[in-house]
Amino acid sequence: MATLELAIQEDVAAASARQPGRLGVLFWIAIGWMALVFAVAILADLLPMPSPTDMDMLERRGPVSVEHWLGTDGLGRDELARLIYGARISLVVGLCAPMIGLVIGGALGMVAGYFRGRFETLVVGSMDVLLAFPPLILALAVTAFVGQSILNLTCILGVLGIPAFMRVARAATLTLARREFVIAAQALGATHARILLRELLPNVLLPLVAFFLLGVAITIVAEGALSFLGLGVPPPISSWGSMIGEGRESLDVAPRLAFFPAFAFFLTVLAFNLVGDTLKALTDPRQGAL
Amino acid sequence: MNGAPLLSVEDVAVELPTPRGPLRAVDGVDLTLGAGRTLGIVGESGCGKTMLSRVILQLLPKKARLSGRVMFDGQDLARIDRERLRKLRGRSLAVVFQDPMTSLNPVLTIGTQLGETLQEHLEFDSVHARTRSAELLAAVGIPAPEQRLAQYPHQLSGGMRQRVAIAIALSCEPKLLIADEPTTALDVTIQAQILDLLAREQRRRHMAMILITHDLGVVAGRTDEVAVMYAGRVVERAPTPSLFRAMQMPYTEALLAAIPKLDAAPHAPLPAISGRPPDPTRPLKGCSFSPRCRYAVARCHQEKPALTASRSTDHHYACFHPIQLAAGADA
Amino acid sequence: MLGFVARRLLYLLPVLLAVTLLTFLIASLLPGDLAYVILGDQATPENVAALRHDMGLDQPIWWRYLGWLGHVLQGDFGRSFRTGQTVLQAVAERLPVSIELMLLAEITGLVIGVPLAIVCAAKSGGAFDRFMTGTAFGMLSVPTFLSAILLIYLFAVELHLLPATGYVPFSEDPIGNLRFLILPALTLALAEWPGIMRVLRSDMISTLQEDYIALAKAKGLKASRILFVHALKPSSLTLVTVTGINIGRLIGGALIVETVFALPGIGRLLVGAIYTRDLIILQGAVLLVAVGFVMVNFIVDLLYAVLDPRIRHGHA
Repeated sequence: MATLELAIQEDVAAASARQPGRLGVLFWIAIGWMALVFAVAILADLLPMPSPTDMDMLERRGPVSVEHWLGTDGLGRDELARLIYGARISLVVGLCAPMIGLVIGGALGMVAGYFRGRFETLVVGSMDVLLAFPPLILALAVTAFVGQSILNLTCILGVLGIPAFMRVARAATLTLARREFVIAAQALGATHARILLRELLPNVLLPLVAFFLLGVAITIVAEGALSFLGLGVPPPISSWGSMIGEGRESLDVAPRLAFFPAFAFFLTVLAFNLVGDTLKALTDPRQGAL
Repeated sequence: MNGAPLLSVEDVAVELPTPRGPLRAVDGVDLTLGAGRTLGIVGESGCGKTMLSRVILQLLPKKARLSGRVMFDGQDLARIDRERLRKLRGRSLAVVFQDPMTSLNPVLTIGTQLGETLQEHLEFDSVHARTRSAELLAAVGIPAPEQRLAQYPHQLSGGMRQRVAIAIALSCEPKLLIADEPTTALDVTIQAQILDLLAREQRRRHMAMILITHDLGVVAGRTDEVAVMYAGRVVERAPTPSLFRAMQMPYTEALLAAIPKLDAAPHAPLPAISGRPPDPTRPLKGCSFSPRCRYAVARCHQEKPALTASRSTDHHYACFHPIQLAAGADA
Repeated sequence: MLGFVARRLLYLLPVLLAVTLLTFLIASLLPGDLAYVILGDQATPENVAALRHDMGLDQPIWWRYLGWLGHVLQGDFGRSFRTGQTVLQAVAERLPVSIELMLLAEITGLVIGVPLAIVCAAKSGGAFDRFMTGTAFGMLSVPTFLSAILLIYLFAVELHLLPATGYVPFSEDPIGNLRFLILPALTLALAEWPGIMRVLRSDMISTLQEDYIALAKAKGLKASRILFVHALKPSSLTLVTVTGINIGRLIGGALIVETVFALPGIGRLLVGAIYTRDLIILQGAVLLVAVGFVMVNFIVDLLYAVLDPRIRHGHA
């Protein structure tokens, strides 16, 4: 059955690589949305719209109008402007925190997966210990005691992401470290540092980047959750999370105050999830084929 | 043979879509089998013999396209509705797969896997099914059958697992048993035992049996008729004694020569068939075996020989230069 | 089997020890002198120094750790200086709420996810499967606080069917208790079911390719029997892990839902302790939650052996 099975297996493998890795319409829509959000966040100051902090007490919870495209919130501030500036905050925290995890966790994972032995057990064990703690509680405790600020929030969310990145980097390193090109480099007398940086890093980077995008989605959610409770970004700075939290009070009169940021939030998280997932599916079978 | 045959495979072809083009795994096969008779299907890996068994069992992969008829007991299995097919399977039509380690469910007990067909098709209650299961295990030669019922497949040896698979197949007294390479995954020492068990049960129950194998030696003395397959087609078909006495196909001759012989000198090289099996996605214009055939001439590469009968109408072959002819020409 | 359990326990102990150490360190290193916090207005330097000496806060840190650990091992987690309750009392009060919520949430998640997974696996590639997989993926992008807002808006604000906040113990009023817990449990379940469905569906799809499923079909068994008896059990390993980890995570991690729906559970206890700087409660409760999580993972490991007899007998 050899040739037949071979032909069928190739067929199945091609099909499964095609399905999740669909660089189809959805993927590009997601990229498009991400680009829009980025552009809007960066260019926020240049856009012709009312300031997000201008309070118009006469127009509180005002409906959608020409002046205020999405209406106003409970303090008369323009909702659309707040939405756009909120994107900034959510993105800043969402991108910077996983960076910490990527750099530190990625490095730890690569070194652990390469050297193995007791160092690896130590690293994996300490990550297991860190993972035993409810992450939101840790984040809350730290920000409550050290003070609420964007920097603190980013740091703690970043640290909480280290175990996950460590795992991804270690898993990728474990499969790669035994491949021929590493053994060849070792035979040529390359130092460990050189092997790690030149041979392994480029290959480990791919799954790490895919995971980074998923990490962005998770961080945006975490920051959103904390800000929703009023314990994330410090007021008067507002991210989408805090806007949703504030909108909760007006659910009976003006539900749009919660739902506009909620919708933007959902779309952004979905976009990062989609792109990250697609990239992950693309990198995984490629590793297998190597 | 009296009356209509139990199984009649008529011009069956199976096509599978692959990235490299459609693959004809089975390419126009005709077979018949009477009640109580044994048919051996012999061929290399990839010749389509397992796919043919899947055709009869109607267990083809989702993307496969089937043409032709599969008449079993007067019904076309390819066209009857699913519920009727389900009632036939396990009851009148049974199968033993090649590897009992993967064909038995690892998380269910032997007793469960044996009893469920009895409960499903013959409506046994659980107590009755237990007793009958123990009897079946004893009948296939498994010691301490009651204890086995509570055990899991990984707790049994390979030979015993295959016996269990055979017991499962025989449990509802099927009219036709398909044994797909039943001994290939087993130790050589166990192989003869399993084959004898199958032959014995077949005779006792007057059951029709299809024995699929890549080893010509397995079918000698255990089958009434043999069909040799190559590249999705039946290239030779004859009553077993006639096949071994007067084989016509160069391929069959080569197959026989490739069987290691007990009386050969030690370290004598096995006359393997040169070349490799054909690529099913690139069918040849002429005879599929011609690239490897030592008797091949120009015509063999150009035309596909049809299955024709020789002097005695029971011996069919698909060759322009059957061996008798070639031998005669050489001489 | 016993050897299996013993080996797992051996790995467990250093992890538990490290958890206690980390908990203590985090609590101790957080800025804000405890004595100042307790004394509040009466924090003169003399009082602070005296209280610190009384509470043993002037001892070296490792000494304090050992002292605390010693107490913990005897069951004394300390007493809140705010409420006067012992940590154990406070946790014991809140635990039933969190457990009830967690169980309801996980069960609901399974009730939604498992049948969907089975149907999608049985008809994988079909329209329903693709729709459900897409929906599950979308749901993964909806965080709990969003679902909470949505559900509150739908059921409480618009339809006035269910209460938005509040709680009453089961022993007092079973119906009321359930009424208060439906929305929170549903919120959590909406976050749980996609993971459950994906994992089970994926495992079932690979199981359905196995030879023993082909044989089960060849035996003429009913499709329902093949799916539920032959295919479900070997596919459930990953699901058991995921469910176990979810349960462990939910006990301490449902604080968003508890806060939004005003449920007096452990999550809110922790948040409250953070607000009021009640370090004793924080330390003790975090420790209990973390230890609980580790233990739940341990039990999940054991469950593996039950589900797959091959692991039990040292095979596979």
